[in-house]
Amino acid sequence: MSMEKTLTKVRECVWELPTSYKKGMRVPGRIFLNDKSIKELEAGAIDQVANVACLPGIQKFSIGLPDIHFGYGFSIGGVGAFSARTGIISPGGVGFDINCGVRMLRTNLTEEEVRPKMKELIDTLFKNVPSGVGSKGQIKLQEGQIDEVLNNGAEWAVENGYGWDHDLEYLEENGKMEEARSEKVSEKAKKRGIPQLGSLGSGNHFLEVQKIEEIIDKDAARAFGVKKGEVAVLIHSGSRGCGHQVCSDYLRTMDKAYKRHKINIPDRQLACAPVDSDEAQDYFQAMAAAANYAWANRQMIVHWVRESFEQIFRKSAEDMEMNIIYDVAHNIAKKEIHEIKGRNTEVYVHRKGATRAFGPGRKEIPSAYKKIGQPVIIPGTMGTASYLLHGTQTAMEETFGSTAHGAGRKMSRAGAKREFKGEEVQKYLASIGIIVKATSMPIVAEESPGAYKDVDEVVKTAHDAKISKLVAKMVPLGVAKG
Amino acid sequence: MNNNDLNPEKSEDNPKFEFFDVTADTGYWAYGSTLEESFENAGLAMFDVMTDTNKVSHIIKKQFTIESEDKVSLLYDWLEELLFRHDVDFMYFSSFNVNISPINKGYKLYAEVCGEEINSKVHERLNEVKAVTFHLMEVNDEKEYRVSGILDL
Repeated sequence: MSMEKTLTKVRECVWELPTSYKKGMRVPGRIFLNDKSIKELEAGAIDQVANVACLPGIQKFSIGLPDIHFGYGFSIGGVGAFSARTGIISPGGVGFDINCGVRMLRTNLTEEEVRPKMKELIDTLFKNVPSGVGSKGQIKLQEGQIDEVLNNGAEWAVENGYGWDHDLEYLEENGKMEEARSEKVSEKAKKRGIPQLGSLGSGNHFLEVQKIEEIIDKDAARAFGVKKGEVAVLIHSGSRGCGHQVCSDYLRTMDKAYKRHKINIPDRQLACAPVDSDEAQDYFQAMAAAANYAWANRQMIVHWVRESFEQIFRKSAEDMEMNIIYDVAHNIAKKEIHEIKGRNTEVYVHRKGATRAFGPGRKEIPSAYKKIGQPVIIPGTMGTASYLLHGTQTAMEETFGSTAHGAGRKMSRAGAKREFKGEEVQKYLASIGIIVKATSMPIVAEESPGAYKDVDEVVKTAHDAKISKLVAKMVPLGVAKG
Repeated sequence: MNNNDLNPEKSEDNPKFEFFDVTADTGYWAYGSTLEESFENAGLAMFDVMTDTNKVSHIIKKQFTIESEDKVSLLYDWLEELLFRHDVDFMYFSSFNVNISPINKGYKLYAEVCGEEINSKVHERLNEVKAVTFHLMEVNDEKEYRVSGILDL
């Protein structure tokens, strides 16, 4: 089937999927891709955009962002906003790794200062930040403390000595969703969460030391505190086994709920419940708790990153101005107010593999950034650039304030292992000045830059479609992989 | 099934399980001459994604029972329980013995599984399995026993 015939071009990089595409669609789809990528888009992903458009109470559009690809239920790079009166909440619209996200930390160190110590720095980061897989972790939570983590998120971490008070101001939701209720999180999820708190995780999660290679928007860069040539750190991690278990638990709940509430869904993995049902609210409160766990987790990692820099550079983290630029969640559902048909309307926005990209003026943005729009951090792979962007008014109008979240895989893990050898990837990256340390070589092969799509193109599309605008480009100097 | 290429990784004559490629994750087919055996091999497949199960000794035994409303849910709950125990007990499992019986509203599974505590010097980490998914999950018990599904990595 030719996609150009199915889809109508709305403007550059924006395509509409009409409601006539599939019976039951309540709103059209909107897909943000350039002319080349739209031809390569998998039919499965388009179907998923259409499926989400069939869910009760969906508002305006079912959205596919520039990194859209086939997922479970919702596509990855998918956004759906559902009326807080007549809509639904679905764990399939958030995904297994609740509040998987990215945090960016700045420093005033230059590449010249850092590069000679890079190997030592990566070794130290690798040692100080546990990967947390098959190890007991370094934090011993007391019985009941896990509830404080789940209810208070990054605030718990700061109160317990991880990081600075003003860090909280620079986190999405200030690192704490108020809706969180730890009693809605199962004992199983808590048990998985306790030993893994303060750990990076494996797979695509990483810690990366980068330099700011290029400034694209001077005013925004000044507001965000990034300067060309300076070194920054990117942390990519999520809610670990705790969040995965919350998702698993509630997928089972919702599988019963949608039948009980007689909701017609085109795919079992879109199992959902009406917003005001116990099932939906229980999930939302548990999801918020898992999101808080992830913010606490990234906060602890920030603390150990600062300690690692202090050990290597023999200066205080304050002297190195290691402030948080921002922290974004990219698997999450939020209750937000958006303008729909000229009226402020409360909706549950599901972002699955999508970054919030609120434009200027929104009350949720730190005051220092309010005129610019919120920072958006889009990571690449361990051999390619990452980008800092800002949210826009266009995103508010067209994507419920959302943009892309990353590159997305183009090659399966097994395929990558057939194609690449870990040792060779590591050697090649070293030859272009990127030091990589990982727990095992097969992980390096699987995470090889060649296994991913081109992040430059994803970011360019987001920029051209105006759902976020480029601020700075970062390139890796060193990577620690869980 | 989308544009995922199907390339079984192992092609022995009578494999216990095979993997198939999906873009971000991994899919498995597990076989058996009984329903029980196919479930046991699905467990083995999941741990083989995490590490080389040939290097996991049968030192510690765990026993548990789960109940689910249908066979597909039973497979989901079985793998999910193993994943939970892997995370909480810091163990890899390599021997699986299950007994499945019908109950009033569905099925009951009694399991005895053996393995050992994770030792990073012996057990190379291959992948972290984040979750068991319902995606493409099937329990085929006509003629031959075959179960399948996708693991979120």
